[in-house]
Amino acid sequence: MIGLSHYLTVAAILFTLGVLGIFINRKNVIVILMSIELILLAVNINLVAFSTHLDDITGQVFALFVLTVAAAEAAIGLAILVVFFRNRGSIAVEDVSMMKG
Amino acid sequence: MITHLHSVLPSIGPLLPEIILSVGVLVLILYGAFRGDRSVEGVNVGALILLILTFFVVISGQGKVVTLSGSFISDNFSRIMKALILIGSAATILLSRDYFQRQRIDRFEYPLLIVLCTIGMMVMASANDLIALYLGLELQSLAAYVIAAFNRDDVKSTEAGLKYFVLGALSSGMLLYGASLVYGFTGTVSFPGIVTALNGEPAGFGIILGIVFVAAGVCFKLAAVPFHMWTPDVYEGSPTPVTAFFASAPKMAAMAMTVRVFIGAFPDVTAVWQQIIVFVAIASMALGSVAAIGQTNIKRLLAYSSIGNVGYALIGLAAGSEEGIRGVVIYMIIYLAMTLGAFAVLLALRRKNQMFETIDDLSGLSRTHPWLAFSLAAMMFSLAGIPPLAGFFAKFYVFAAAIKAGLVTLAVIGVVTSVVGAFYYLRLVKVMYFDEPKAPYEPMDPGLRIVLGLSSAVVVLFFLAPAPLVSAAGAAAKSLF
Repeated sequence: MIGLSHYLTVAAILFTLGVLGIFINRKNVIVILMSIELILLAVNINLVAFSTHLDDITGQVFALFVLTVAAAEAAIGLAILVVFFRNRGSIAVEDVSMMKG
Repeated sequence: MITHLHSVLPSIGPLLPEIILSVGVLVLILYGAFRGDRSVEGVNVGALILLILTFFVVISGQGKVVTLSGSFISDNFSRIMKALILIGSAATILLSRDYFQRQRIDRFEYPLLIVLCTIGMMVMASANDLIALYLGLELQSLAAYVIAAFNRDDVKSTEAGLKYFVLGALSSGMLLYGASLVYGFTGTVSFPGIVTALNGEPAGFGIILGIVFVAAGVCFKLAAVPFHMWTPDVYEGSPTPVTAFFASAPKMAAMAMTVRVFIGAFPDVTAVWQQIIVFVAIASMALGSVAAIGQTNIKRLLAYSSIGNVGYALIGLAAGSEEGIRGVVIYMIIYLAMTLGAFAVLLALRRKNQMFETIDDLSGLSRTHPWLAFSLAAMMFSLAGIPPLAGFFAKFYVFAAAIKAGLVTLAVIGVVTSVVGAFYYLRLVKVMYFDEPKAPYEPMDPGLRIVLGLSSAVVVLFFLAPAPLVSAAGAAAKSLF
């Protein structure tokens, strides 16, 4: 029987993959955008699983809001990426390094 | 029928400031879209009027009202933070005009994005559940990513936008993951509901994990150590007025959100989050004062200074008491004045459309521009915490609250780091007053004059009449407990 803990485990794994994807990835920025989506989807799995488990609709409402915001976020991320590409001619992560912190 | 609707529809009175801004910004978007780039002047003035109008609507509000099925709260705390946010945004528009015209990036979208960002920040300050908090935060962040990259033909600006976007999105994700855990283990997203659900029980593992993730997300937005790494790059790369904006209004909103979450939703599990906040405060103060020493770019220096200042403000939150929150509010008021003043001076360093932003460019400023040098010196002495300037009182109230709450070590570390930090603030004063003068800069734009005049007045004259601000901050803190 697949229960709440299974869903939470899947979500936790996806979330970890997303975070690792942002930090370990050395190739290009598109992969980072994909990792961000992965994080948000992990959150949605969490919310929907809790919502069903608790028999409470709030979690699903929250998940819908997250989906909407994720779409807007991806659009803005890609727009900034396009502008960056026009200036720099590359979207490799190592080229995002004009300023060193 | 009408009476029936009244019982179904939420009361929208407390939402009036947000509604005014939202409707106003939509009208301005239409105006901008129809008139194109000829509308820049009109949109700027319109946005400024809108922000000022909303400011007066906000400060005329009274009492504590909850609406939208408990998602939205309007109380003294939210009103004072909203007033600060609106001041920060309006000042940014004043600071931006001249700079954007000279850099030839003068587009009507900029003031609109500032206003949209302001709506998001106001929702953050008024959020009473996790959904409203998240939506406000995202509206603020999405607009902020765009204005960081606003100088779209400049590599540095677009790089700043990209970095801000990636790390901002990651932090929203962490906050959201924490929020989902908190929802799952308490069964509710509303802050008062979470308080009831946690009442009396020892916090379980799920809740602790949720609080840790929420704290990480919040620290990202505050630019507190260890989640500060985006700050210097984003501050350096963004156009200078945008940096001034990031250092002022969004900090107020992030601090309001932090206080709302920890004091509003988790007051009974103080033991869990207090140690996180204490650690973050110490690390931020230490890094803010040490890392700034080697900087030559004033924008980067102010970035580290803002990291340090967040650390001091968090001391008040760590105290977790009504007095601590009062200290936080006073700190944010004074920090807003000091930051806007410092950036107004930075924006005045201009010769023939070229901006200067290194410390060397300040040399001998006292002889070429005595008033400018005097104002910046006042800001720097105040940031260093030297009495009788405002910065001293800001630190005094948070340290006093920390000592009263038994966090003596934290207060002592705060005093030590502010002494270390005084070194680089005073170095700027030394460069201005004792080094060889350079060619004079062009006269200041009226917008800069207004902002610099007002913020200098607050910083220098605060000690004459601290009572109104202190009692307003006290009322704000009281409404949370």
